[in-house]
Amino acid sequence: MKIVVEIVDVIDTAKVYTELNHVESGGICVFVGTVREFTNQEQVIALEFETYRDMALKEMEKIADTAIEKWNLNKVVLRHAVGEKGVAEPVVIVGASSAHRDACFEACRFLIDTLKETVPIWKKEKFKNKSVWVSAHP
Amino acid sequence: MNVLFFGIAKDIVGSSEILFSDEEAKPATVAALKKDLIKNYPEFLKLKTLAVAVNSEYANDDVTLSGNDEIAIIPPVSGG
Repeated sequence: MKIVVEIVDVIDTAKVYTELNHVESGGICVFVGTVREFTNQEQVIALEFETYRDMALKEMEKIADTAIEKWNLNKVVLRHAVGEKGVAEPVVIVGASSAHRDACFEACRFLIDTLKETVPIWKKEKFKNKSVWVSAHP
Repeated sequence: MNVLFFGIAKDIVGSSEILFSDEEAKPATVAALKKDLIKNYPEFLKLKTLAVAVNSEYANDDVTLSGNDEIAIIPPVSGG
């Protein structure tokens, strides 16, 4: 399988090396997004993610296909978590594997940037006394 | 016609799903659906963007809607 696209409850960051390893690859690049404790000096208790799953998986597959074509990748992983995630927990992991490192570095940036722009996943920041849907308002 | 709501859109309408019965007047296009939504829930005007998906694909304003489509209201996404 060249592409792994998943929405899961818990992300196992250790698994990704095996998923991206490939005999024709000389480089693997991985990005992990995690829950940061402070947003604008305000303490975050947790992030809560929800998704429109069918559409999200379709959009994630499109991103993987585009990246494979553009950078001639051997393997691609896009995996996002849903549900409530505490500080320092992983919420998203994307990675690419290619013959040389330039391709996988560039592809990895494209994977996470495009995921954040197009994939229907929503994040709510939970603070002590309120919760806010991220980026909903200008 | 079945309309799904996610994220802040769900909070605005107070439900994750609205089902139009066969007898009810239904919006004919994505643009008409957005117009109806904004009329009934002006809060949608305050959002950064408001997208619509028809059968789990992003749909432009001129896309026509039919009775058995699955329609979703997509407020600004914020994954990652």
